[in-house]
Amino acid sequence: MSSVAREWREIPGRYNLVGTKCTNCGRIFFPARTFCPDCRRASIGKIEPYALARTGTVYSFSVIHEAPDCNNMQKPYAVAMVETDDGVMIEGQLVDVDLEKIEIGMPVRAVLRKLDADGKAGVIHYGYKFVPQ
Amino acid sequence: MRDVAIIGTGVTKFGELWDKSFRALGIEAGMKAIADAGLAGDEIDAMYIGNMSAGRFINQQHIDALIADYTGMASRHIPAIRVECGGASGGVAFRQAYMDVASGVSDYVVVGGAEKMTDMDDAAINSVLDATADAEWEAGMGVTFPSLYAMIARRMIHDGEATREEIASFAVNSHFHGALNPNAQFRKEIKLDTVLRSGPVADPLGVFDCAPISDGAAALVLCPLEKAKEHTDCYAKIAAVTQASDTLALFSRGRDITSFRATREAANRAYQQVGITANDIQVAEVHDNYTVAGIMALQDLGFFPKGEAGKAVLDGQCRIGGKIAINTSGGLKARGHPIGATGVAQVAEIADQVRGRADKRQVENVKYALAQNTGGIGSAATVTILEAI
Repeated sequence: MSSVAREWREIPGRYNLVGTKCTNCGRIFFPARTFCPDCRRASIGKIEPYALARTGTVYSFSVIHEAPDCNNMQKPYAVAMVETDDGVMIEGQLVDVDLEKIEIGMPVRAVLRKLDADGKAGVIHYGYKFVPQ
Repeated sequence: MRDVAIIGTGVTKFGELWDKSFRALGIEAGMKAIADAGLAGDEIDAMYIGNMSAGRFINQQHIDALIADYTGMASRHIPAIRVECGGASGGVAFRQAYMDVASGVSDYVVVGGAEKMTDMDDAAINSVLDATADAEWEAGMGVTFPSLYAMIARRMIHDGEATREEIASFAVNSHFHGALNPNAQFRKEIKLDTVLRSGPVADPLGVFDCAPISDGAAALVLCPLEKAKEHTDCYAKIAAVTQASDTLALFSRGRDITSFRATREAANRAYQQVGITANDIQVAEVHDNYTVAGIMALQDLGFFPKGEAGKAVLDGQCRIGGKIAINTSGGLKARGHPIGATGVAQVAEIADQVRGRADKRQVENVKYALAQNTGGIGSAATVTILEAI
């Protein structure tokens, strides 16, 4: 169970794929970081919000057959590492797809979906998933 | 810094131990190690305990106090420290204990590792394992812990670094040795086909690619090398213990996912400290929480070039009597994987190898033995090298 606040404060990243860019070195980070791990001190005050490209390709994937309770109804379901068109790697579920036809290199795009819920009366989590382009 | 020796080891049986509580397991391992070292117990100056998640598995925090109390150390008021570092909790606890003695602060230190996992149901256990990855941006998105290793395996196969059969053969190797270990959870050899046909967990990995859910504990007694002889003729010199970190989430490493930099860094630092190379190691315990992790470890530790470890394992080169004996204890897959205990149990196994006390699993003429323990998805790694005296 998580609080509403924990969910609410991550909305920019979860719903809109907003990460950050270090304007000192140009590197893009997702999820958002307040500090660039490469530039460290030199990045202070130079971190800006950056919305990732919502399209990319599958770098690797897996079909999950054993899932935590919150995802039990969905299994089997696919997850993927997706390299976005701006070169950032992210992970998420791959849906609306024939599980037999997923391939490395497959073009995908991000959509907003329900992720899971904390029981019947708890917080409903929304966020990005990927679908074939 | 002074040289440090391991003078005692103690390991409980690993497995689904319904009749044993967390505290009973921790005490059993500690008492065995102290008895093996020939100590009375009054000599102990400090204790370290590797434990990943008693807070979630048995709803007990503050297990340093629990273990100190139930081993009789609380009445002597010695410092007790619990260490959490995901799957590397045991290895990191061992390193802290080593530094305590090496620095001269303490003379006699007990390091234990313990986990009681089976008091919880499987789905809840899996969600605890998922929490060693990035809880917000991996587990929270539906990405399970085994699926991360599955994505590594998929990429490894895609890039031609290893075949599915080669990856699966790591479990066959671990079970081959596990059959020889009386404390192992699974004491039975298995066939490659059994691994390949096991039920899917996270495709391409199946049940037999994954280490089991286990209860168990392990402990070691450390003291300055110069004092070791006062207690026993049977001790091992700690030649190096190193630790390295990496990003919490796998995706933060970009395309570089079929190798763990933390393992490579820790290994390079260890070899440099001792002045040896991977070729000087005769026996090693590696962190095969998943078969694919075992294959990666063999390459990251320098035992085989990238892309060749899978062939070597399938070929039987990693069995006792082969090029290098890997996971003579049965590894995480067959010996069992009570998470916090694993890193300590690995060191106990190689200590018994260099002391010539590994019974049916004994490798001949061991000069140097190595243990590699990782946490999360290669987010932490420790490498230990022991030397026969």
